[in-house]
Amino acid sequence: MSQLAVKTHLREERLRHIWCPGCGNGIVMGAIARAIDKLGLNPDQTAIVSGIGCSSRASGYMDFDTLHTTHGRAIPFATGLKLARPELNVIVITGDGDAAAIGGNHLIHAARRNIDITVVCFNNNIYGMTSGQYSPLTPRGMKATTAPYGTIDRSFDLCRLVGAAGASYVARGTAYHVRQLINLIANAIAKKGFSFVEAVSQCPTYYGRRNHLGSAVDMLRWQKEHAVPVKAAANMTPEELEDKIVIGELQNLSGQPEYVSEYYRLVREVQHQHAALR
Amino acid sequence: MSGKDRFYRLMQGDEACAEGALAAGMRFFAGYPITPASEIAEYLSQRLPEEGGVFIQMEDEIASMGAIIGASLGGMKSMTATSGPGFSLMQENLGYASMAEVPCVVVDVQRLGPSTGSPTAPAQGDVMQARWGTHGDHAVVVLSPSSVKEVYQLTVKAFNIAEELRLPVVLLMDEVVAHMRERVDMRELAQVEVVDRKRPATPKDSYLPYGPDRDDVPALARFGDGYHFHVTGLFHDSTGFPTGNPKEIERQIARQHRKLERYRPYLCIGDEEALEDAEVVVLAYGGSARPALAAVRQGRREGLRVGLIRPTVLWPFPEETIYALATRVQSIIVPEMNLGQLALEVERSVKGECRVTRLPKVNGELFTPEEILAVIRKEALSCPSWRLRPIYEKKDYAISGVQAVATA
Ligand SMILES: Cc1ncc(C[n+]2csc(CCOP(=O)(O)OP(=O)(O)O)c2C)c(N)n1
Ligand code: SF4
Repeated sequence: MSQLAVKTHLREERLRHIWCPGCGNGIVMGAIARAIDKLGLNPDQTAIVSGIGCSSRASGYMDFDTLHTTHGRAIPFATGLKLARPELNVIVITGDGDAAAIGGNHLIHAARRNIDITVVCFNNNIYGMTSGQYSPLTPRGMKATTAPYGTIDRSFDLCRLVGAAGASYVARGTAYHVRQLINLIANAIAKKGFSFVEAVSQCPTYYGRRNHLGSAVDMLRWQKEHAVPVKAAANMTPEELEDKIVIGELQNLSGQPEYVSEYYRLVREVQHQHAALR
Repeated sequence: MSGKDRFYRLMQGDEACAEGALAAGMRFFAGYPITPASEIAEYLSQRLPEEGGVFIQMEDEIASMGAIIGASLGGMKSMTATSGPGFSLMQENLGYASMAEVPCVVVDVQRLGPSTGSPTAPAQGDVMQARWGTHGDHAVVVLSPSSVKEVYQLTVKAFNIAEELRLPVVLLMDEVVAHMRERVDMRELAQVEVVDRKRPATPKDSYLPYGPDRDDVPALARFGDGYHFHVTGLFHDSTGFPTGNPKEIERQIARQHRKLERYRPYLCIGDEEALEDAEVVVLAYGGSARPALAAVRQGRREGLRVGLIRPTVLWPFPEETIYALATRVQSIIVPEMNLGQLALEVERSVKGECRVTRLPKVNGELFTPEEILAVIRKEALSCPSWRLRPIYEKKDYAISGVQAVATA
């Protein structure tokens, strides 16, 4: 499955990508391609919509109908596309700044509507594209080009936010735990309703260097050592969980009304009533 | 209803916009409530489900603009409607639609601004924003209707131009026209011609979403039809993929503007009254054109050689038409519910061939015909040797900055 997925679902001729050596974006993009492959989605019926950022450049490398939108706005574009063509599998690729800062409002409203799109947030804890300013997901105290003394902002737990807003499916994975990440993304796509996967990824160039986190390999090792499966996390105290990342399926609701099917159900009812009146 | 009555309907401007859009084939509307445009959304929230189309109220205007672009790429003709504050929020994604060449229609029902301004007061203060609101040199078409019937017709036209040119088109209404109710003859409105975007005829693997087609408008495939094409707001080459090559960038920008230039003769549309022998001309648009017409008619009754020109396409501005007019008249008066936005364009277009008099009004009230007539009388009676005078008479503008521009 794996190598073939990369061959069939990526635009090989576009692959002199813009990403730095050691960047996690390629791993997460590969995981999306493999998840699509695993589900056997029809590539003609699959669309990738992304925002602006290093991570959002992934759309240009993936061999589907792809829409690289404006900063933070991928979800509204995807919402329009999905409503216009409900038969499409619509997958949104976004960064932590894209999704949680400028696009935060769209994210929670899409979750509230429970519209059947899948959002994969590449969380590198930094604004990569603009060279390393702090994002709403930069952990408190960490350094960035705009936080030379360490950020005093508290960071978001995006998964909890999206879960509370009503998403049917919420999960977190890491670039290190790539097999699990593929499965989580596949589950998310397969799930009807709004699904969200936070993929913890490494930016050695800005986040890593500024905070002396070592090489890409060191950062991946950090992910390995700090990841705690959901089940294990349930038995841990908040103090123990302080610097950990909880990975796995965090929310999986069934029977939630999904926006697009609700909308078209309403259309059928209205049209039925009209036909009856005529 | 009996006899001919059944052909007539009392319609509001906003309602005519919604019905015109449906007649043009619009099947996707995304919007966010704002006075004086909310009626369009309310009306469509009822009508679109009846027609099997999509209505969605988004979380803001930025999202609304994004959603209509996404829907258009999914193959649905799409529209949003707003007023000044929302129009400001839409600008970034409006620029995206222009750059990515995605057809869509944006309705801006102007109200008095800046900022929250006066939500229910009429104004025409977004004329320049409609042209230059988003950053960069972009192509956009802006239409401005003056009556309920014309709202319907120009909404259809807006969609046709958007589809034909792969462009965002702005329908710039004002509160007067949007909230006004008029009797319309449904038989007249039924005669609409509908244009649909060009679809690719080439095989899927040789499709160029930004290729140089004969008319400079590339065919647009639909997402989900197997073309696997890329759409971005970054500069791109004919394949749609990003490029930093200055030659390619230049080529794409040039084509985007050329497609509009080619089409320009078809965009010189509008209306005129008593222009043949006119020496003084009133140039008015939107809601201001109505008191202007009344003033011109009264002027004629008084024996003044006055006429009206009413462009319905504001951008691209019909500069050649106005220049030609300027060479044979003495004076053009421009009443607008702003401090003189389109007047700037008139002044530029006449190239000194006639006098241009601004008649600005920004207090949230409509012009009265008398206000315009007073200026007509003054202009008509002015000295025949007007050419000896400065082109821009120093008038008592309320804001000195405006005067500085006028005399520059
Ligand atoms: C409206 C707007 N504001 C700011 C920017 C500049 N900008 C581009 S990418 C970016 C941040 C990207 O960070 P993130 O979403 O975390 O993605 P990453 O690059 O880290 O993958 C910003 C602020 C922009 N393109 N548009
Ligand atoms: S700046 Fe960071 S996120 Fe961007 S490509 Fe380089 S390593 Fe990746």
